[in-house]
Amino acid sequence: MKRQKWERDLTSHRRFSRVEPYLYVLPFALGILAFTLYPVVNVVFMSFKENYSHLTRGFTEWGVGNYELVLNDKKFVQAIGNTLNYVLLVVPISTSIAIVVAYLLNQKLRFSALFQTAYFLPMVTSVTAVGLAWRLMYNEKFGIINYLLSWFGIDPIGWLSKAQYSMAALVIFGVWNILPFTIILLLSGLQNIDPQHYVAARVDGAKSLRIFFRITVPLLLPTIFLVLIINTISSFKVFSELYPLFKGLPGPLYNLYTVVYYIRYAMVESRKYGIAAAAAIVLFLFIFAFTMVQLFVQRKWVNRR
Amino acid sequence: MRVTLDHLTKRFGDVVAVSDFSTELGHGELIALLGPSGCGKSTILNMLAGIVPATSGKILFDGEDATDMPPEKRGIGLVFQNYALYPHMTVLQNICFPLEVQRVPKAERLQRAEEIAKLVHVEGLLKRRPAELSGGQQQRVAIARALVKNPRLLLLDEPLSNLDARLRLEMREEIRRIQQRTGVTTIFVTHDQEEAMSISDRIVLMKAGALQQSGVPQALYHDPKNRFVADFLGNPPICNLPGVVRGGAFVLEDGSASVALPMFGGVAEGARVSLALRAESAFLDPDGPLACEVKSVYQMGKEEMAYLRFGTVEFRAYIDAENGLKAGDRVHIALKSRGVFVFDAETGARLR
Repeated sequence: MKRQKWERDLTSHRRFSRVEPYLYVLPFALGILAFTLYPVVNVVFMSFKENYSHLTRGFTEWGVGNYELVLNDKKFVQAIGNTLNYVLLVVPISTSIAIVVAYLLNQKLRFSALFQTAYFLPMVTSVTAVGLAWRLMYNEKFGIINYLLSWFGIDPIGWLSKAQYSMAALVIFGVWNILPFTIILLLSGLQNIDPQHYVAARVDGAKSLRIFFRITVPLLLPTIFLVLIINTISSFKVFSELYPLFKGLPGPLYNLYTVVYYIRYAMVESRKYGIAAAAAIVLFLFIFAFTMVQLFVQRKWVNRR
Repeated sequence: MRVTLDHLTKRFGDVVAVSDFSTELGHGELIALLGPSGCGKSTILNMLAGIVPATSGKILFDGEDATDMPPEKRGIGLVFQNYALYPHMTVLQNICFPLEVQRVPKAERLQRAEEIAKLVHVEGLLKRRPAELSGGQQQRVAIARALVKNPRLLLLDEPLSNLDARLRLEMREEIRRIQQRTGVTTIFVTHDQEEAMSISDRIVLMKAGALQQSGVPQALYHDPKNRFVADFLGNPPICNLPGVVRGGAFVLEDGSASVALPMFGGVAEGARVSLALRAESAFLDPDGPLACEVKSVYQMGKEEMAYLRFGTVEFRAYIDAENGLKAGDRVHIALKSRGVFVFDAETGARLR
């Protein structure tokens, strides 16, 4: 039987509609492919190419030589130590402060719009520019931080010039830098909590502190875990906080190598792409392991709850 | 506990939510705070709970001024419309929470929680979380959480409005049973007159923030103070015939029909009134004063619901099915003394 025109139209439309969604996705998919997937895969391969030359793209043989070099490099071991230190300080400190600040911002404060703007300002400023400002604030002789400390009778601290203070300087700046985004996430989590629960708890006789720990924090827990994971990942990649603070050096006595700084150094300064790739993979494994542990703990907690 | 509301007023900015509201609730009573949506009944509940401060007036608990008492000192149990169970706690933890706050020792806490859980029939659900409960079960848990601290006053905010029809009937009876078992003074807010009539000892009916009438359900039904009370209570709703009093008789507004009833004797000549008839107040009587035409008849089992045309207006009447009324019949209707009211057409005040 001869098919009607509308039937043919419908079939061709069907055929097209099967292709159509992919056409929409194509431009973005190409971008991901070229600038994310290809580099990721390439880094994995590169890390196993010994004596890789980025100019000729030649290498002597496949192997784990790059990893041996990296893991035996004192600088890299130091960088791992520093980075872990940084993560374990910045993530808990910034998350705790952010919970308190978000909680306060979520109250019906006067000028709360003003407060919110003030707290979120760091997010729209460049880390490098802000880092330079912090450099000035940390200045041993003229910086405002030492000036404020002098009110309490504290002698000037060589934040950026003494090795023993440099990590503290980096962590303080890092916490400040990561706070706004953390606060935004937690604030949105807080706003998702039904205010009736607070009323119910108050009628049940609970005071603010108990309501905070028994109602607010448990209900905020999913958001807290999200924040922990995001902040852990971003703190592992610490570099843009470090770079402007010490004029591009890894700390006053080259004592503040972080993993990303090491990777950049290997690639840009020494032009050892294979080493850089191997270091990047090691960093990835660290982040992966941490995230897995967090997800595992979260799942346990959520099930327990 | 006796609860006294003394000229209680609440304003939100320019909006008067509750105005000059006075009433008294006796110990152990189950009181329905009834009224249409937005009439201020939930505001009164929130003022009793101490969540919303009163603008003026007083709240007395057993004679003691509780107007500015913080919520936790009032000894009230509050059940929210959406239950507001803590989603991260189990049923048992939810019920225990008020006791935990009061620092009741753990063993006693568990014992009391289990007792109350048995009372509201959720003892098998203690390990579950609120998300794993049906609406009716959540309601029971919410009541248990409110009751576990032995409140002096139990407040229920639209407790049945989130339940489906069958469950609503069941929970209605459950609330009555639990209230009678515990003997706690209970106020529940509702906009459903049937609900209020069926379970409460007393109804407090309000409109636009003001008290209309309070009393036992029968009193409000059979002796309404004004047209609003008569309109609000009863199913089917009362029928209002608009008219004027002329020479002791009731004349429809457009003059299409009139009826002489003794009850209009004392009403001022020329007064614009509303003759309100409950469906059960009319009956067939060959000598009846209202000459009507049957518009339609609906079977209701033993009785029939007839729509009767009087002049240009219609009203409903329950007629015994044995009479075999058909549409188009011309009948005479007499009125019982019960369920027939005359209201002032302007003010709605009861005249007869």
